Amino acid sequence: MSTGLVSVAYVVASICFILSLGGLSHQESARRGNLYGVAGIIIAVGATLASVDGGITAIVIAVLLGVGIGIPIANKVEMTQMPQLVALLHSFVGLAAVLVGFSGYIEPLIATSGTEHTIKLVEVYVGIFIGAITFTGSLVACGKLDGRIDSKALTLPGRHLMNLAAIIVCVFLGAWFLGTESMALGIVALILMTAIASVLGIHLIMAIGGADMPVVVSMLNSYSGWAAASIGFMLGNDLLIVVGALVGSSGAILSYIMCKAMNRSFISVILGGFGQTSSSSAAADADQTVHESSVDDVCEELRNAQSVIIVPGYGMAVAQAQNGVSEMTKILRDKGVNVRFGIHPVAGRLPGHMNVLLAEAHVPYDIVLEMDEINDDFPDTDVVLVIGANDTVNPAAAEDPGSPIAGMPVLEVWKAHQVVILKRGMATGYSGVENPLFFKDNARMLFGDAKESIDKLVSGLRG
Amino acid sequence: MKIGIPKEIFEDERRVAATPPSVHKLIGLGYEVIVESGAGEAANYSDAAYEKVEAAIATDTSSLWKEADFILKVRAPMENPALGKHEADLMKEGAFLVSYIWPAQNPELLEKLAARKITSFAIDSLPRISRAQKMDALSAMANIAGYRAVIEAANHFGRFFTGQVTAAGKVPPAKIMVIGAGVAGLAAIGAANSMGAIVRAFDTRLEVKEQVESMGAEFLVLDFENEDGSGSGGYAKQMSEEFIKAEMALFAEQAEEVDIIITTALIPGKPAPKLITADMVKSMKPGSVIVDLASERGGNCELTEPGKVAHHHGVTLIGYTDLPSRMAKVASELYATNLVHLLTELTPEKDGKPVVNMDDEVIRGLTVVHEEDITWPPPKPESPVSPKPAPGTEEPSAEAKAAAKKHADRRSLIGKGVLFVVTALALYGVGAHAPESFLQHFTVFVLACFIGWQVIWNVTPSLHTPLMSVTNAISGIIVIGAILHLAQAENIAVGIMAFVAVLIASINVGGGFRVTHRMLKMFRK
Repeated sequence: MSTGLVSVAYVVASICFILSLGGLSHQESARRGNLYGVAGIIIAVGATLASVDGGITAIVIAVLLGVGIGIPIANKVEMTQMPQLVALLHSFVGLAAVLVGFSGYIEPLIATSGTEHTIKLVEVYVGIFIGAITFTGSLVACGKLDGRIDSKALTLPGRHLMNLAAIIVCVFLGAWFLGTESMALGIVALILMTAIASVLGIHLIMAIGGADMPVVVSMLNSYSGWAAASIGFMLGNDLLIVVGALVGSSGAILSYIMCKAMNRSFISVILGGFGQTSSSSAAADADQTVHESSVDDVCEELRNAQSVIIVPGYGMAVAQAQNGVSEMTKILRDKGVNVRFGIHPVAGRLPGHMNVLLAEAHVPYDIVLEMDEINDDFPDTDVVLVIGANDTVNPAAAEDPGSPIAGMPVLEVWKAHQVVILKRGMATGYSGVENPLFFKDNARMLFGDAKESIDKLVSGLRG
Repeated sequence: MKIGIPKEIFEDERRVAATPPSVHKLIGLGYEVIVESGAGEAANYSDAAYEKVEAAIATDTSSLWKEADFILKVRAPMENPALGKHEADLMKEGAFLVSYIWPAQNPELLEKLAARKITSFAIDSLPRISRAQKMDALSAMANIAGYRAVIEAANHFGRFFTGQVTAAGKVPPAKIMVIGAGVAGLAAIGAANSMGAIVRAFDTRLEVKEQVESMGAEFLVLDFENEDGSGSGGYAKQMSEEFIKAEMALFAEQAEEVDIIITTALIPGKPAPKLITADMVKSMKPGSVIVDLASERGGNCELTEPGKVAHHHGVTLIGYTDLPSRMAKVASELYATNLVHLLTELTPEKDGKPVVNMDDEVIRGLTVVHEEDITWPPPKPESPVSPKPAPGTEEPSAEAKAAAKKHADRRSLIGKGVLFVVTALALYGVGAHAPESFLQHFTVFVLACFIGWQVIWNVTPSLHTPLMSVTNAISGIIVIGAILHLAQAENIAVGIMAFVAVLIASINVGGGFRVTHRMLKMFRK
């Protein structure tokens, strides 16, 4: 295939990708968006295959093998494990970027000299650097989301200095890498830098607490895009540059939206260590009491309510209670109760995590509302059911200026007539902050596993 | 501490300051509660109901007053004719009191309370800020009064409210004019409207037009250049002479036309303005009704007789001053809830010991006597508060907000400036030194960033997870780079690296799209 045709194919593929992202702006067009994405990648890979001369067999084997592994994994994964999977897939992009970067250095596809050569070396270096951070960082994020690694923020003393030192060393290694003529020395520099960047990636993500995971995942998403873009620069391939930039800016915007939802600056999230050293200024008094409720009482309240808002959190995902919640919603709606869902932007461990789980359980999406849409309705609501959410409904954010989460927008559930909190115990949320909601007069605790409690409520409501 | 709930002795007062559910909550705050026998009878709460929630019943009036450390009442303390003593003197020295007090009208009562060192909270002096809405007994009672005013009017009015076409002839709907669209006025509008009457309303405060219209009434507008009657704290202020003249002309015109007039006009600290003259009453159709909700403060109509129903020129003038008390059950319920909220604020520790925090704007406003000092009037509120603030949201003061915004603006301006300079320098550096081929790619890169930026902002938040997984799948495009290398690999190491890269990037592509597809399939309406 001629270079011209390949270029045109790449343009078409780029347009497909843009349409793909554009399609996601609404539920109705989202599926079409995904198909555009598939079409884009098929066109791009097809055109590339048609343009290369050798190694077709190896390429086809590798692609088929990869797709053959990827699709079954995606078919098998539980919706609650979605965050881990996405993080894991990010790490693949990072690793691929590292490998392609090394290949590009050892066997450049285009011969370059002078300034162009220097620029190319910089591109290789930057691509590998970002790729390595993405790779190890995503692996750590995946481990944390999966519970294999403690999700608490790891705060080593002087960690900011350590990160800074690592970056400075990388910059010096880069200068050395650009200065050297010998390929062997260059590879040594690259390997050293890769090792440092890998450790940096691990350390960066280890220092970020579980509550900030939505930001981290979207940040890594952004990194994987930038890595692809810098590889595109290295190869002089516009398609890679376009796609890398699209993904990079998309991830950056998502991170920004998440940070805004938590009223925290992006920098402070990335630097991590949130909620570990700080303690609430209004520590809960020992004599404050919580009011415990029973399944029968909650059933009674739900039956008598006219409007109910359900606020799910990560706890619902962990307990896999979404199907029971959906069932309960259906029963209540059949009885004429106005049931809606209030979703905090950072509920769960991925942006939009709760929406996906509720959609999986067939909750109609038009009753699933965002925080801004529903926050004003709490005062007129009879019963709020908080299922496994904690920090996102913490009144301290609004009322206690000394609290570490002060100023974070939260769902104002305490303004409803009655709040029922389904919770396993009195533990704090991921931010480690005490939640005064539990001690409010209109709050009732229903202790137990969320799934079991919901199932009991469902059978109670049926009976 | 013991809370005492005495029986109201004011004539025809049927309300009581605590109901069995509210007593239960008071006990939850750490108090003991004593209720005078028969205190709730007129409001249909029996002694037995109070006993059931563990309140003590005091059979004798003076023992209740003597024992209680904290009196909750409806009406202001007054002379008890049966005991021959003033209620303020019956109280323990140094006790607490919550009731209506009307400090502006009752300076002697304040002195009496201060002499007995009785810390007194006048529920009628509650600052009208949103945080205090839950304790706003005036609004709660005004709501009842507005509703009841319509019911009383209907009772004395000889026709239907709603228009009807029947086999026996056509009946026109009643026309009602409501003057003053405060809480009572709005409640009256709502009640009258739901009974089918044609409702018009007038208020000097132009800002209430929307509220009036939302309740289903027509807002009467004066033919007068704009003068807004909004005063401090959401109440009306006194208007200029010309304005009043124009206003009176409007009322005179309406009086001839409407069947029922409900007046609710009050100006804080002043006698009620006279809005309906004797001539206007005369001009009304026979059988018309006027309900004067301001009758306790002199009345809005010249002919109103406070507390009574009068008949002049064929018009019935209702001057009841006890409308909330005529619906004693619901009035007691709401009033008792207001008081529970107040006591909750006063007892942060829930240990049955009230703390008078004079730095709290709400508590400061309520407290008219603090120990032996008369603390009324409170310092003036600084900025007018809109009459119906959104429930529950507390805004920081406008000044603080402006200052904070200015500060933030300046910071973001500096940040923007720095960003601009750095960007300009970087672009200059790139333009001056980079080769042509790089610049082409760079252009594509920058434009792509902008497209991404534009497209992503439109994505609905509920689709953020699918967005992430689809961008993740798309970033598998790096497979192209790997393919190019694998195709030309000469070195075996490069070949292996490229092969692995193609493999994992393909996993990413396949898995990413597949999982997105699964997710999107689940979204349904």
